[in-house]
Amino acid sequence: MTKFILRRLLLAIPTLLGVSFLVFASIRLVPGGPAVALAGELATPQMIEQLNRELGLDQPLLIQYVNYLGRMLRFDLGRSIRSGLPVVEEIQTRLPRTLLLAVVSLAVSSVLGITIGVTAATRPNSLFDGGSMIFALLGVSMPIFWSGLMLMIFFAVLLPQWLTSIGFPTGPILPPTGSGTWQHLVMPVTALAANSMAIQARMTRATMLEVLRQDYIRTARAKGQKERIVIYVHALRNAMLPIVTIIGLQFGTLLGGAVLTETVFSWPGIGRLLVDTISFRDYPVIQGTVLTISIGFVLTNLAVDVLYAYLDPRIKYS
Amino acid sequence: MSSTSSTISSIPASASRSTRSTAWGHLRRNPLVGVGLLLVLVWLVLGLLAPLIAPYDPLRQNVSNRMRPPHAEHIMGTDELGRDVFSRVLYGARVTIPAGLMVILFGTVIGTLVGAVAGFIGGWIDETIMRITELFMAFPTIILAMAISAALGPDVRNAIIALVVVWWPNYARLVRGLVLEIKSKEFVEGARAIGATGPYILFRTVLPNCIAPAIVLGTLDVGNAILTFAGLSFLGLGPEPSAADWGRMVSSGVDNLNQWWTWLFAGVGIASVVLGCNFIGDGLRDFLDPRLRKGN
Repeated sequence: MTKFILRRLLLAIPTLLGVSFLVFASIRLVPGGPAVALAGELATPQMIEQLNRELGLDQPLLIQYVNYLGRMLRFDLGRSIRSGLPVVEEIQTRLPRTLLLAVVSLAVSSVLGITIGVTAATRPNSLFDGGSMIFALLGVSMPIFWSGLMLMIFFAVLLPQWLTSIGFPTGPILPPTGSGTWQHLVMPVTALAANSMAIQARMTRATMLEVLRQDYIRTARAKGQKERIVIYVHALRNAMLPIVTIIGLQFGTLLGGAVLTETVFSWPGIGRLLVDTISFRDYPVIQGTVLTISIGFVLTNLAVDVLYAYLDPRIKYS
Repeated sequence: MSSTSSTISSIPASASRSTRSTAWGHLRRNPLVGVGLLLVLVWLVLGLLAPLIAPYDPLRQNVSNRMRPPHAEHIMGTDELGRDVFSRVLYGARVTIPAGLMVILFGTVIGTLVGAVAGFIGGWIDETIMRITELFMAFPTIILAMAISAALGPDVRNAIIALVVVWWPNYARLVRGLVLEIKSKEFVEGARAIGATGPYILFRTVLPNCIAPAIVLGTLDVGNAILTFAGLSFLGLGPEPSAADWGRMVSSGVDNLNQWWTWLFAGVGIASVVLGCNFIGDGLRDFLDPRLRKGN
């Protein structure tokens, strides 16, 4: 097991190198190059040349990349053009808030998604099955940013208005924007979790339907095992492998979705930082945030692979 | 994604006439597919006929008539610059739906060609191409698309380019797998035996057998592509600010939440068209993967 984990960690290194190279290279796509973007359109050719020299942009691409990697390994991602602060510092203050949002959303969506999926699979063709799957399709079809606004207008505007009109004067039921308390989490988490809950419910249903047809399930039932144990111990454990994969992938999607949710709810996380800095063309911060989110995504996939070995002892890794 | 790809790659690559008619029969019996087709068709027609149906110019501003709630003259109200929301929603269908379709079209074509070449030639070329696809898949979709469109500059074309860059690897992987399987088949051996050249075998013998699964994956993905394009446009990385575009229109809700009519209807547009695509895709998936079929 330890050997497998070490091997898998080593295999992640080329991927991480590749990701860092793509992020590094993306800034070279900027029309006119990064120096033009930094200096502005009014810059003279001399200013751009000087900036290129200062930033090391006049060196060969490979040397630039090696330098970039060296700085990255020392946690130096440069300074923000907008605030002048080190990029690492900006990310450090914001990352925990995004992780909080993503982890809570993942927990909520997994618990609800798996429960709905298992319930639907145990009652195939029932009203619950049909209803929950249509609901799941609705969940994956609604844009997160739009459902966020819908939640906001309902809980912060319409519901308080209605309560006030029937004699219970009240302010917003849930704070529409910002962060700090658990109440601030409710709406962003709901908007973010709805989509991945739907995907997990569908996946769980599909896998459970397949597992429930296996012979060992019939055996478990035949020997008089309680239905609850058959479903949750015999079937679900065996259905967990693809479900865990989807949950792992969902974490990455949630990190991406956080960009949209954070924009709607003014949640001060790393996604919001990315969106804000894009409009300022603050390239060091853009690169830093994209790199951080992508590394998070790669590491999550790594964790999922390691979880496999634990969940399915049949899998031999050599 | 991976499960969808494996489902698709497990179906017979070339659908016979009888399979096709069974598919059509199955899809017709599934009421949700009908609803999906209707939703997509309605939006396509509304988008096409927008210049004829729209009561106002979607870009014409009338500041003295701004932020008016829905009423007889403007059935969906007016926005922060006094533009007619109904006309803008109609014209919005002309941006978002074609953008999503183009992402899928280019993603499928590029991915299919790259995957086919990788699988057919094999060796180090295959290895290199596959490592590159894995690299692109190591990013969350919207984050990579944001980084690319931020670098290229915000406009519709760049948003589509960014999404195609993110989309093609899925198809490349699928088609490569299929090509690896097909190239060992006897009819390919046969073609080789009669002296057909490599490119001829690839494009005339192998590739036609991979196209159906790639098209199926594309159909399942249209809704997702539309949703991601709308997301980019919501973040300001799509069409220019004044354009009549759904994602842009919803983004005005962040500042004008109480004027719900300015953002609500555009969101209904996105959600309904994506739902339509997903209903169709779901019916298709149901047909292809009998294990998921109801009653089994």
